[in-house]
Amino acid sequence: MTELSHLLPRLRHAAFAVWRRNALVFRKFLTPSLFINFGEPFIYLLGLGYGLGMFIGNMMNMPYLTFLASGILASAAMNTASFEAMYSVYTRMVPQRTYDAILATPLEIEDVLAGEWLWSATKSLISAAGILAVAGVLGAVDGWRALWTLPVIFLIGLSFAGIGLIMSALARGYDFFNYYMTLVLTPMFILSGVFYPVTSLPLPLQTIVQVLPLTHAVELVRPLMAGLPLSNVALHVAVLTAYALSGFAIAVLLTRRRLLV
Amino acid sequence: MTAIITARGLVKRYGERIVVRGVDIEIPARCCFGVLGPNGAGKTTTLRMLLGQSPMDDGALDVFGLPIRTHGRDIRARTGVVPQTDNLDPDFTVVENLRIYARYFGIGGKTLAERIPALLEFAGLTDRADAGINTLSGGMKRRLIIARALVNDPELVVLDEPTTGLDPQARHMIWGRLRALRAAGKTLLLTTHYMEEAERLCDELVVMDDGRILERGTPAALIRRHVEPEVLELQGEADKARATLAPLPNGRFEAVADTYYYYTHDARAAIKQLEGQAAISFLHRPANLEDVFLKLTGRDLRD
Repeated sequence: MTELSHLLPRLRHAAFAVWRRNALVFRKFLTPSLFINFGEPFIYLLGLGYGLGMFIGNMMNMPYLTFLASGILASAAMNTASFEAMYSVYTRMVPQRTYDAILATPLEIEDVLAGEWLWSATKSLISAAGILAVAGVLGAVDGWRALWTLPVIFLIGLSFAGIGLIMSALARGYDFFNYYMTLVLTPMFILSGVFYPVTSLPLPLQTIVQVLPLTHAVELVRPLMAGLPLSNVALHVAVLTAYALSGFAIAVLLTRRRLLV
Repeated sequence: MTAIITARGLVKRYGERIVVRGVDIEIPARCCFGVLGPNGAGKTTTLRMLLGQSPMDDGALDVFGLPIRTHGRDIRARTGVVPQTDNLDPDFTVVENLRIYARYFGIGGKTLAERIPALLEFAGLTDRADAGINTLSGGMKRRLIIARALVNDPELVVLDEPTTGLDPQARHMIWGRLRALRAAGKTLLLTTHYMEEAERLCDELVVMDDGRILERGTPAALIRRHVEPEVLELQGEADKARATLAPLPNGRFEAVADTYYYYTHDARAAIKQLEGQAAISFLHRPANLEDVFLKLTGRDLRD
């Protein structure tokens, strides 16, 4: 018996207790956490941005480094939130039994998941802020307007965290996440306009990538970083919001089915 | 006395399998109530239903006079839970575990600052406050889990096999802590398959098996009701012992593995018969809850 209202994220005090727990752990293991979150995007940015940028020059009216940095920013938000909502959430749910302990307090599953969902997006924000700073130093950012990417990053984080939470609710082991990464995240990373404009894809593929959240994430982040005019903002925000809310709702249903037995 | 928990006709099914079949329980305030039963009897499932962590398939369940279906949060806010498996947060130290857990109840600030030293003291972990969870012994972890269950100053404390896997010293220490809680006016509900534990701690108990309640009462009343007051545990030439004791009135034999149990109202007469029989060794003891348990739930091995 699940009322619809239970599926919408209820941001009670309780959810923030879970968020706070994760933030405290993050603070404890700050160095390794930051290293993992920055390391890879930083290498992409330096290696590909400078290396390929040399040959490419401009792409879509902006230096390739800016083009790539905006794509990397959006995909780093995707990866950070996805990893947190999968590996970390699963670890707390299954081997560590942290949720068993939490569910003996007044918190309900939707509070725990709301806390995890917000925390995953927060982590996206933290890594994106770092990458943005690096991109700024490298001269890939056109002015302070780029700070508007941060709320967008948070929304991107919520979208991918929602899907990641579904994966955690379904997983029977860590191996399960490999399917999602190989079959969904990696193709999205390659096809959604991070490295080149989606308009250069064959037409049928162009249609397909339009339903992927990362495509819309990149479309929002890129003009903000490059100082170019935004287009179709409502559509992009709507797609990301739809992924975020429906992902969360489905994750609540599935996690209830898994834990409340 | 008002009942803290009133359960009527609790039923839990997993697909075709029925694990709890119509359990009725009434637990009075300020008592230590035990749920005994072999593995797989339905004890843990019953506890999970009492906390709203497992939806019941049938029946009615009130805790603190509130129906569980609609008031799970309120009920859990006033309850402490000691789970069967350790689920301390391994990312935090002893004192952080208490602090973080209190946050889930919305407890912080001055209340928490006052409560934490008392809880550490209660758990005997004051000088381990900043230790990591993985450096604690099994007994320390258990004590910390009990302390954690008290962060919200609960009226009811639910303990699922609180001393399973502990050494005797650790177990005695836990028993002492639980008696202290009971003396402080808390209601305790515990499951166990250690009869000694139930006999020492519980004011009242039920024996469960196969999802049903087989018996209820005080430990002493159950012993009186189901077994003779004295027992001789016999080892050695069983047939000979049996032949020697068979003529005596009011005796009863039971066999478990290689030991014969002779239950009687008059052990003196039996001992007299056995004296001088070198092939038979025996131990004379009063009947206990374990005898009742084995009689009620059978002597077959459970997995």
